[in-house]
Amino acid sequence: MKAIISIKGVNKTYASGHVALKTVNLDIREREIFALLGPNGAGKTTLISIICGIVNPSGGEILVDGMDIARDYRAVRALIGLVPQELSTDMFETVWATVSFSRGLFGKPSNPAYVEKVLRDLSLWDKKDSRIMTLSGGMKRRLLIAKALAHEPRILFLDEPTAGVDVELRKDMWQIVRGLRDSGVTVILTTHYIEEAEEMADRIGVITKGELILVQDKVELMRKLGKKQLTLELQKPLDALPPSLSRYQLELRPGGSTLVFTYDTQAERTGITALLSDMREAGIGFKDLATSQSSLEDIFVDLVRQSQ
Amino acid sequence: MNIRAVHAIYAFEMHRWGRTLMQSIVSPVLSTSLYFVVFGAAIGSRIAQIDGVPYGAFIVPGLVMLMLLTESTSNAAFGIYFPRFTGTIYELLSAPISPFEIALGYVGAAATKSVILGLIILATASLFVPLRIAHPFWMIGFLVLTAITFSLFGFIIGIWADGFEKLQIIPLLVLTPLTFLGGTFYSINMLPQPWHTVTLFNPIVYLISGFRWSFYEISDVNVGVSFAMTLGFLTVCLVVIWWIFKTGYRIKA
Repeated sequence: MKAIISIKGVNKTYASGHVALKTVNLDIREREIFALLGPNGAGKTTLISIICGIVNPSGGEILVDGMDIARDYRAVRALIGLVPQELSTDMFETVWATVSFSRGLFGKPSNPAYVEKVLRDLSLWDKKDSRIMTLSGGMKRRLLIAKALAHEPRILFLDEPTAGVDVELRKDMWQIVRGLRDSGVTVILTTHYIEEAEEMADRIGVITKGELILVQDKVELMRKLGKKQLTLELQKPLDALPPSLSRYQLELRPGGSTLVFTYDTQAERTGITALLSDMREAGIGFKDLATSQSSLEDIFVDLVRQSQ
Repeated sequence: MNIRAVHAIYAFEMHRWGRTLMQSIVSPVLSTSLYFVVFGAAIGSRIAQIDGVPYGAFIVPGLVMLMLLTESTSNAAFGIYFPRFTGTIYELLSAPISPFEIALGYVGAAATKSVILGLIILATASLFVPLRIAHPFWMIGFLVLTAITFSLFGFIIGIWADGFEKLQIIPLLVLTPLTFLGGTFYSINMLPQPWHTVTLFNPIVYLISGFRWSFYEISDVNVGVSFAMTLGFLTVCLVVIWWIFKTGYRIKA
């Protein structure tokens, strides 16, 4: 698939000496939802800010739709919409005025019908004449999305779109983002909620301490790193594993009454049936069993830990 | 050139002005008019004429200049400082707009407001004192150029400031005293030496003198020098703004 954003060797050291980004290389594909996942202070916002022209990179090159972000800044920025993390708004303005302002700022001719559609899509239409200061937090968040969409961008950056947003609203937000992707917009979102990346993204990039340590298709990532475990509560504690079971990937938990079998869900045979019949032969009985699949969260924690 | 963006910023700023009508029009017009009432209508007749001009009329150009300098500066400063303060500047920085166009929008709006204010105050003044404008074109020229120059200056202050306090420091502690001492209420030729020479280092003297010449054809310094000083200050402000955007000073990390 065609890369709509191509980041090559971008790094950033702030004037304070803080290295926010080490060398980052990344391609964003057209019409995908890409989640940039990482703990607070990992460099997510810095990377987005560089692409959008708010922060100057210390080095490297970024192409958007084949155009350099510095040399062709007008053409590039016209393609991009940004929803910042902070709820920064002109408190005294009305919803309608601020969204129309955004459209003008990006050089688009006034189009009340389009602005109306954006506001309706984001359930803000009945608030169009309200001053921003009277809106709730969730509405302000949607307003920022409306402002970012006012100039019909092809690429949308959402910096922590659901930070401080309740569960109900978060689900609405996900719905909105999916709708955008379906309408042909490429979406790049940052989040530190694993659940969000898992729910939304087509691909996931994990960033920590200014380094992009992994970029992968979400499904593939889950499959590759997604282990499944079978936990057996034994009837009688064991001192050690009998040799007849040594060919299985087994772990005897301290106490000797819990046996954990790790297996690959993608393999042709999981080995569960063989294990259970071997256990019966060895005379080991169990009273309970449970299976669990590692979530993206476990994968993430593992990755971040490994990189440290 | 992204004309629509310049227009969007300009319209936004003018709208902000309309929203705060009391503070942005009524208050400067009223406070300046008090001078006309006191010095023009009330005690002006007891003060001797200066260079053949009644005292109440003599102080009008200086007072309009005072308002022009402080309002242009604080208006433009506030215009660009506020988005920095609230964080909405992210939108300006990520928009397909050049630094020049951003400055044009803010400075253009601030200068427009000042010119309108200046004209309102002149109209008010004519109610109280015998106003006469000998060179209307030069008068408008000085008015517009000064408004632009000090709006540029205010834009620089708004970028430099890192708190609301700093926004007010320059208009209150620098511009107002310099204007009072720059010949608003007297001709600097009335000053004894060495104060006359010292006053010539006050740049505001040249602005007031040139502006007053366009009304009454009397001036403390040559009108050509006044005009050159105005253009000179305009150029300095333009260079500073060019440098600010080139380096991203206080705007871009």
